Order: sequence, then structure tokens, then C-alpha cells
Amino acid sequence: MSVLVYVEQVEGKFKKSVFEAVSYAKAIADQQGTSLSAISIGNVADSELNELGKYGASKVLKVEADQLKNFVNQAYASVIAEAAKKEDASIVVLSNSFSGKGLAPRIAVKLKAGLVDGAVDLPSNEGGFSVKKTAFSGKAFAIATLTSANKVIALNPNSFGVKENSGNVAIEAFSPEVKSSDLTAIVKEIVRATNKVSLPDAEIVVSGGRGLKGPENWGMVEELADLLGAATACSKPVSDADWRPHSEHVGQTGIAISPNLYIAIGISGAIQHLAGVSSSKVIVVINKDAEAPFFKVADYGIVGDAFEVVPKIISALKAHKA
Amino acid sequence: MKILVCISNVPDTTTKITFTADNTQFNTAGVQYIVNPYDEIALSRAIELCEGGKGTVTVINVGEAATEPTIRKALAIGADDAVRINAAARDAYFVATQIAEYAKANDFDIILCGRESIDYNGSQVAAMVGELLDIPSISIIKKLDYDGSNATIEREIEGGKEVVSVSGKFVASCAEGTAEAKIPNMRGIMSARTKPLQVVEAVEVEEVGKISKFETPAPRGSVKLVPAESAEELIGLLHSEAKVI
Repeated sequence: MSVLVYVEQVEGKFKKSVFEAVSYAKAIADQQGTSLSAISIGNVADSELNELGKYGASKVLKVEADQLKNFVNQAYASVIAEAAKKEDASIVVLSNSFSGKGLAPRIAVKLKAGLVDGAVDLPSNEGGFSVKKTAFSGKAFAIATLTSANKVIALNPNSFGVKENSGNVAIEAFSPEVKSSDLTAIVKEIVRATNKVSLPDAEIVVSGGRGLKGPENWGMVEELADLLGAATACSKPVSDADWRPHSEHVGQTGIAISPNLYIAIGISGAIQHLAGVSSSKVIVVINKDAEAPFFKVADYGIVGDAFEVVPKIISALKAHKA
Repeated sequence: MKILVCISNVPDTTTKITFTADNTQFNTAGVQYIVNPYDEIALSRAIELCEGGKGTVTVINVGEAATEPTIRKALAIGADDAVRINAAARDAYFVATQIAEYAKANDFDIILCGRESIDYNGSQVAAMVGELLDIPSISIIKKLDYDGSNATIEREIEGGKEVVSVSGKFVASCAEGTAEAKIPNMRGIMSARTKPLQVVEAVEVEEVGKISKFETPAPRGSVKLVPAESAEELIGLLHSEAKVI
């Protein structure tokens, strides 16, 4: 028996959320008294694969078939399930990324496994095998107890952290057969903004609401985000009005995030918005309305006009960095 | 074309979430139920694709009789008919199995779901249905063009999008951008009462797990206010006190 972690590559590199998933899977392997193997699909240099050893993987299966260069949900799920069988892994861990959300359920069905997605903590043996996960869009947590022999866990980014382990990883080529019926969805184009921090993975997020009055005023939000190495986000009314793209909408019906620092500018804090951001570790709220509900869940607050406050913060940040 | 849209019955987005029975049950007292907002997007796109007599939209819900008002709402938005699988929606695997069984017996071209339900936040059903039917599943899409046999789909990826083409049957889970959620009009509301709603008994599914308990997030401490005149002090606090920058 072992633990298997799927390491999702983006253009041949692993992101922090992958090292986090490896760290988490290693901690589960330690709990179970077993070892951790990883499965990588697509072209990744061995030097990058070696990085996985730092976080506790002792072996990585490398799948480099040409037809698997791009992400195809169905085929990747088959390959990961085959890897689990090969490694005799009863627990499969992956990051709850956009691709992970599509893969985990298919892997679970293939392995007849119970699935916990949106996991935020290590399993406990209370009641068997129980994992804490987000529920009600951040308004609560649920403890999911799995009773199946095989288990799949999709870990939310920024919920466990990256933990270094010393160790070396053995790289092993793996070439399972892929059915042609698994390859019918074809990736035509990938568009990725490489100069921006992606929102679900971001450690710092700067977010704007209706209080910013119009899309032309986002310059200071972007400047602040750039200085902090942060991703930009927005409230629902802002994306509904097309001031910003839907992919930036955080909240109950948008993306739920849990960064280390969330700065909300001109957002009043409706219950649906709070649901998506309440697991942020530190929340800063800037709003001219002292009665805005957001202040009730904030760690730091500034009651004032964003157009005066934010430029002051930007210049203080520049001075701090200098 | 024939499109099947999966809908779940969830608490309204303004609901304050509380629990009963030693935090093992969701407290349903006074809770208003709605069509899951993402499922409404999937339904709206399905209706757009079928407009002008190009096809029919069937909605399917796994739930007990209490979910029927939510199903009628989906019919009022514009679905042609509905199916209710008569069982409590125990978990995603249970729900996906029921939908897959129904889809096997009834020939649908595509199956659409919402990206996740806003109660348990699983984004599991769409991909599980895809796996159970052995057809492609595309998760978290923001654009769907479909001509009855070929589809071009944009799916969300971290920091961008991926364009995928699929021929033949598939399942997709829809996010914002796929369509504007339609609001039922008076004619829709009137006709929803008489549209067919078929009740089908559930098949048995082995249990793989369950939710054993809920927790509510720990309350936060009170806010530390920084005067607007000295907003620059925030940076020092975030650096030396909160240690996040």
C-alpha cells in the first residue's frame, strides 16, 4: 500500500499548489506508515521532477506520451488510475485546481473510491477516515468520512502550506496504454496570461467593488496588486457590469479563495461575497461607509475614500520596498 | 438535439448557515430553496441552444418530493420537461449514478451541469456522469457552442482559458460566462404548472462515505481601524504585526 499524488505541470513547471499537494500527501503517507509516489504527465525536465523529492515524494512515474502532451481529462484520469494500481496506492491526492476538479471524480469512479474535494486539513481517524472540507461556499466546513477501501482527496490551494522534507526522488518512466476513446476531446488553443498571478493560487489578492465607480479606476488596484505580487479580483456587481472579467469574481457564486492577505477596496461585504473570502488569513477592508458589514470580519480597516486612501498606501508600500 | 440539464435544490445564497443535532444536520428551518445558481446558467445555455425548435431541454433532479417547487422553477425558466429521481441526494456519487442510469435509458446528445453546487461545493457530478457513461467531461466551462454534433468549448484554467473541441456526446459543467441566467416570465410560470414532470425510482448505490459533522468557521477578532489620514501606517502593520507582506 502507498499514497499517490498527481503533480500537475503547467508548461513543464510545477506551481506552488503542486508542492503543497505533495507536502500534504507526504504527511498522509507518514500517518499511514507508507511511502509517497508521484505521477507526472506531459513533458517535464528531470531537474524539475527532482524538486518533488524536496517535499517528500520518493518516486515519480513520468508519462511523456505525445498524445498526452495537453490535458485531456478522460485520458489523464485513466493514466492516474493505472498508476494507482501499479503503485498499489489506496489514497490518491491531487490539487483542487480547475483541472483537478475535472479529474478527481473520474479517478474516484474508476477506483471505486470515496472522494473528498475542497479538503483543507489532514485526515483524522475520528469515525474511520475523516477529512475536513469547505462547505456552503466558505460559510461552514463539513467533515467527510470515507468508508471505501480506496480514497481520493483534492486539496484546496493555500490550505496546508508547503513543507520541505529531505529526500531524493527516483524517476521511473511509465507508459500505460491509452484507449483512443479517451482522447476524443481535443485541445485547440491555450491562452494564459503569464505576467499575472492566477487568482486561485495567489497568496495576496487585491479586490475592488462598486465603490470604485467604474472600470477606468482600476489602475490603482492593479498598481497595488503589482507592488504586492498579488492577483486582482472583484465583487459580483463589478463582473456583472462587465467592468472586470467573470474569472475575477470572488464570492459564493464566483471563486472561493483563501489567500494570506485579502484587501477589499470599495466592497460593502454582502453575505455572498464574504462566503468566498472568509477563509483568507488576514482581511483588510477599505470603505468610506463605516457601517459596511465587511468591517465585522476584517482584521484591519480604513474608513475613508478609496481614491485618497489607496494612493497613500501605494506610496507607503513603495517607500517600504525601497 | 436533446439536452439533459442536471439541477440541484440548494439554500438561497443569502441563507445564514446553521446546524442542529450536535452539528450533524443542516438546519433547514426557515430556509428558502432555489435552483443552484450555476445550474441555472447551464439551463439557460441549453435553452438558448434549443431556441427556434432546434431541440428539447429536459431537467433532472435527484431529490424527494419537497424539491418539486425548484423543478417547477426550472420549467418556468424554459425547460420542456422534467424528471425527478425519487431519493434524497445522498452524495455526488449517488446523484451521478442516478443521472447516468437515466441518461443510458434515454438518448441525450449532451448533458450540462453547473460548475458546483453552492451547498457541498462538490464539482463532482458532471465528471462522474462522464466517467459512468464513458464519454468526455469538460469541467468549469465559460463558453459553449454546439451545433448538434460538434462542440467548441472554452474552459477555465488558472490565469486563462483552454479551447477544447468535442465531437459526439459529452458532459460539461458550466460557470459564469456560459450564459446569462434567464428569469422566468409570466407565460413560463403559467406553463410550468402543466409541463410533464416524471418521477422515477432510484437505483441502489453502494455507500462510499458520508458527511459526519459540520463546523462553523471560528469567529474573527475585532477589526483594528487605521485612520484614513494616516493610511500609510497599514503597510507597517501588515509587515511587522500581521507578517503577511
